[in-house]
Amino acid sequence: MSAPLIEMRGITKSFGAVKANEAVDLSVAPGEILGLLGENGAGKTTLMNVLFGAYAPDAGEILVEGRPVTINSSADALAAGIGMVHQHFHLAPRLSVLENLLIGIPGKSGRIDRAGGLARLAEIGRQHGLTLDPDLPVAALSVGEQQRLEIVKALFRGARLLILDEPTAVLAPTEVDGLFAALRSMAAQGLGIIFISHKLNEVRALTHRCVVLRHGRVAGRVDDPANTTSSEMARLMCGHEIVPPARGPSTPGAAVLTLDGISTSRHSGMALRDVSLFVRAGEILGIAGVSGNGQRALAEVISGVAAPDAGRMTIAGKKVEQFSPRAVQALGLGRIPEDRMTTGLVTNLPLADSMVLPRIGTEAFSRKGLLKPDAIRAFAEAQIKAYDIRCPGPMTRAGALSGGNLQKALLARELAFDPQVLIVSQPTRGLDIGAARFIHEKFLDMRAKGCGIIVIGEDLEELLMLCDRIAVMYEGRIAGTLDSADATIARLGLLMTGAGQTEEAA
Amino acid sequence: MFRLEARTSTPAWFNLALPLLAIAATLILCSGLIALAGARVVEAYGVMFSASLGDSYAITETLVRATPMIFTGLAVAVAFRAKFWNIGAEGQLLAGAVASCAVGAIPMPGPLAMLLMAVAGAAAGAAVALVPATLRVKFKVDDVVSSLLLNSVIFYALMALIEGPWKDTFSGYPISPPIEDSANFPVLMEGTRLHVGVLAALVAAPLIWFLIARTTLGFRIRVTGENPEAARYGGINVERVLLSTALLSGGLAGLAGVGEVGGVHFQVMSDISPGYGYSGIVVAMLARLNPLGVVPAAIFLAAVMTGAEAMSRATGVPAFLSDVIQGTALLAMLVALLFTAYRIRRVGVAR
Ligand SMILES: Nc1ncnc2c1ncn2[C@@H]1O[C@H](COP(=O)(O)OP(=O)(O)O)[C@@H](O)[C@H]1O
Ligand SMILES: [Mg+2]
Repeated sequence: MSAPLIEMRGITKSFGAVKANEAVDLSVAPGEILGLLGENGAGKTTLMNVLFGAYAPDAGEILVEGRPVTINSSADALAAGIGMVHQHFHLAPRLSVLENLLIGIPGKSGRIDRAGGLARLAEIGRQHGLTLDPDLPVAALSVGEQQRLEIVKALFRGARLLILDEPTAVLAPTEVDGLFAALRSMAAQGLGIIFISHKLNEVRALTHRCVVLRHGRVAGRVDDPANTTSSEMARLMCGHEIVPPARGPSTPGAAVLTLDGISTSRHSGMALRDVSLFVRAGEILGIAGVSGNGQRALAEVISGVAAPDAGRMTIAGKKVEQFSPRAVQALGLGRIPEDRMTTGLVTNLPLADSMVLPRIGTEAFSRKGLLKPDAIRAFAEAQIKAYDIRCPGPMTRAGALSGGNLQKALLARELAFDPQVLIVSQPTRGLDIGAARFIHEKFLDMRAKGCGIIVIGEDLEELLMLCDRIAVMYEGRIAGTLDSADATIARLGLLMTGAGQTEEAA
Repeated sequence: MFRLEARTSTPAWFNLALPLLAIAATLILCSGLIALAGARVVEAYGVMFSASLGDSYAITETLVRATPMIFTGLAVAVAFRAKFWNIGAEGQLLAGAVASCAVGAIPMPGPLAMLLMAVAGAAAGAAVALVPATLRVKFKVDDVVSSLLLNSVIFYALMALIEGPWKDTFSGYPISPPIEDSANFPVLMEGTRLHVGVLAALVAAPLIWFLIARTTLGFRIRVTGENPEAARYGGINVERVLLSTALLSGGLAGLAGVGEVGGVHFQVMSDISPGYGYSGIVVAMLARLNPLGVVPAAIFLAAVMTGAEAMSRATGVPAFLSDVIQGTALLAMLVALLFTAYRIRRVGVAR
C-alpha cells in the first residue's frame, strides 16, 4: 500500500472532564475508504473536527503525506486537501447551487468565475454521478441533493481526503446506493475517504478498513470488513454481545385504531388517497415505503395535526370528531415524531419542559392554570431514572442530549401515560445499536401489554424484525399489506415500487 | 489568533455578569464622547450619578422615570419570549395614555377613576398590539415591520386629537384638557412625585415573572417562542398563544401610558413619551427577557436619563448623550449575548 495520505498520531482531546478522544491513531491511504465506527458519543465527530481544524487537540499530531501540519481552521484543512461533509450541512439556502459552490473562492480579479464554476460542476457530476442543477436555490434541494452539493463543494476546493460524518443517517435507502457509487468512484481516482456510520451493513459493504472507537479510544481495527461479521464489529463497538430482541407470538385483541377511506388534499407533500387500515391491541403494524409516498401525511392525520378531507378514524373504538393533537391524545394516542429536534422537543428549554409538553394542561402537571413545578420535576426525574437517560438532570437543556437519549426521553413521555395506540416514525434513525436495541425492546414490551403500535420506517430489516404485519405505501395509497410470516425484503420491495398493488390490497 | 467556539452550556452567573459587563463597556465607550465634548469624564459621570441616585429625592425622581420603562420593558420581555416581535410598545403606550386621559376627565370618585383609567389604558394598548399579532397569525405579515409602523400611525392620531377636538381652546396649545383632580394618582411620599403607579410597576414585575415561570400560559408562551412546531405538535394552539401574548404585552405597554397620565402629566401632550416604548426594548434585552431583571435595567436607564440632564447643565455635554448611552448599551448587550452561545479561544498560529 502507498504512503498514507493523512495520518493522525496520538490524538487526545478533552472537554472538561470528558475525554472525547484519547491517544487515537488513524491513517488513510490514497484510494482507501476508511470506516470510522462507534456508538453515539464515542468521539467520532470530535476526532474529525480535530482533523478539520475546528478543535485544537490537547496532544498528538497530524501528518499530511508524511509532513507534520498544524490545522487551526477549516481554511487550513482545505489548504491541506481535507474536505468534510458535516452531519449538519453548511449551506446558504437562498443562494443557488453554483453560488454556494463559489462562496469563498477567489475569481479572476475579484470577479466570480461563473463559467469556470459551471464547467467544473459539470465535470465533477460526470465523473462521479453527482449531478446537480446549478441554478436551483439550495432551499429547493432535497436533503440527499444538499449532501451531494456538500461533497461537490469539497471536491471543488481540491480535497484529496473527504470526511463524511454519518452521511447515511439522513438518506433514504435508495439514495444510499447513489452515494456509495459516487464514493467508490472517487476512491478509484485516488481520493482518500473517511466514512462515519454506526450501521454495520453499510460499513461492511463500502469500506476497505475500519477503526472502531469506544469511549474515545481505539477499541479495535478491522482489516477486512466485508468478511467480518456484524456481531463481531458490534462487540467491538459496545464492548459486549448484542442480540436482537425476539418477537414472541402475539394474540391481537380488538382494533384500537382504524382508518376508513381517509383522503387528504391540501398538503405540502404527497396526499393520502383512500387509505384504510387498522391496528389491533397487542400488535405492531409496520408502514413501509419509499419516503415521500404519503407517510408524513399519514402520521400527521393520525397524530391529529392535519384533518383529512374524507374518511373516518377511530381510536379505541371512539370516532375522532375533531382532529387536533390534544383531542387524539385524550382518546389514548401516543406519538413519537420523526423529527425529534423540530417537532418533538424544545432544544433551548430544560429537558423537563419537553417531557411534559403534550400533557401540560392535564391534572398531572397543572391545576387551574398554575404549573405544578414539583410534579413536573419529579416526573422528569423518575423517567430519567427509569429509562436511563444520560444527562446531568431534568433542568439540562434538551438540546445538549445525544440523539439516543432524546429518543428515550420522547419514549418515556409517551409511555408513562399508557397509550392505547402508539405511532412512531423512524424510531431508531441516527441511533447506535445499543440505543436502538433498547427502543425495540420497549416496543415489544408495550405490545405484550396490549398497546397497538404503528411503526413508519424505511429500514425494512427493522420492520421485519418488529412488526406483525407490514403495509406498504405507494403514491398515497396502501399498495398492500403482508403478514410478517409472508413478508420478505423482495416482496416488500416490489410493492414499494408500485408493482402488484392490486392483488393484495388490504 | 482568536476564534469563537460553540458552548454547550451557559453558567448561571452569566445572567448577572453579562448585563453588568455590558453597562461597564457602555460607560467606557461613551467616556470618549464626553472627553470629546470637552468635559472631564470622572466629573461628568459623578454628576450623573449624584443627580440620579445621590440623595433620596434624586432616587424618587429616577424611580418615577423608571416606571414607564418597567412597564414597556415587561411588555417587550413577554412578547419576545413568545417571539412575537413587538416593536410597538411606544404606540401602545400612547394609546393607553389617550384612553386613560379620556376616562380620567370624567368626574367620578378617585379610586374608581384610577381603576377605570388602568382598565381603559390596558385595553387600548392591548387592542393596538392585537393588530400586528392578528396580521401575523392570519396573513403572515412580518410583525417587526407592522408593529413598528403602527407607532407612527398612533402618534399622528394622537397629534390629530390634541390639535383638533382636544385642543386647549383657552391657551391654544396642543395639549389635552387635564384629567379630574380626583383622578390624579396619590403621591406616596410628601414632596416628591413618587406616585402609586411606581408601586404598581414594582409589583407588576414579580407578577409577570410568576406568570411566565409558573403558569400554563407562561409555559405555552415559552414553548411557542422556542419551537412553534413542537408546540403545535404538543397540542398547543400556537395562534391563540401569540394573540394572548399580544394582549398581555400591549396591555402592559398601555399601563405605562396610564402611569404617565395619572401620576406625572395629568394630561396628554405630543411629547408625553420621550421614546419609553423603544427604551423598553433596551430594558428587556439588558434583563435578558427576565421580568425580574426588568426593574434594575429600567432603573439604570432612568438614572442615565435623569443624570444626563444634570450633567449637561453642569458640564455642557449635550443631554443627547443619554440616547447614545442607551443605544450603546443595547449594542453592548447584544454583543455580550454572543458569549452565552460562544466562547473565545486562543489558538496557535498556523505554520
Ligand atoms: N463541544 C463539546 N463540549 C463538550 N463536550 C463535547 C463537545 N463535543 C463533544 N462532546 C462530548 O464528547 C464526547 C464525544 O462526542 P462526539 O465526538 O460527538 O461523539 P460521536 O460523534 O462519536 O457520537 C461525548 O461525550 C460528547 O458529549
Ligand atoms: Mg457524531
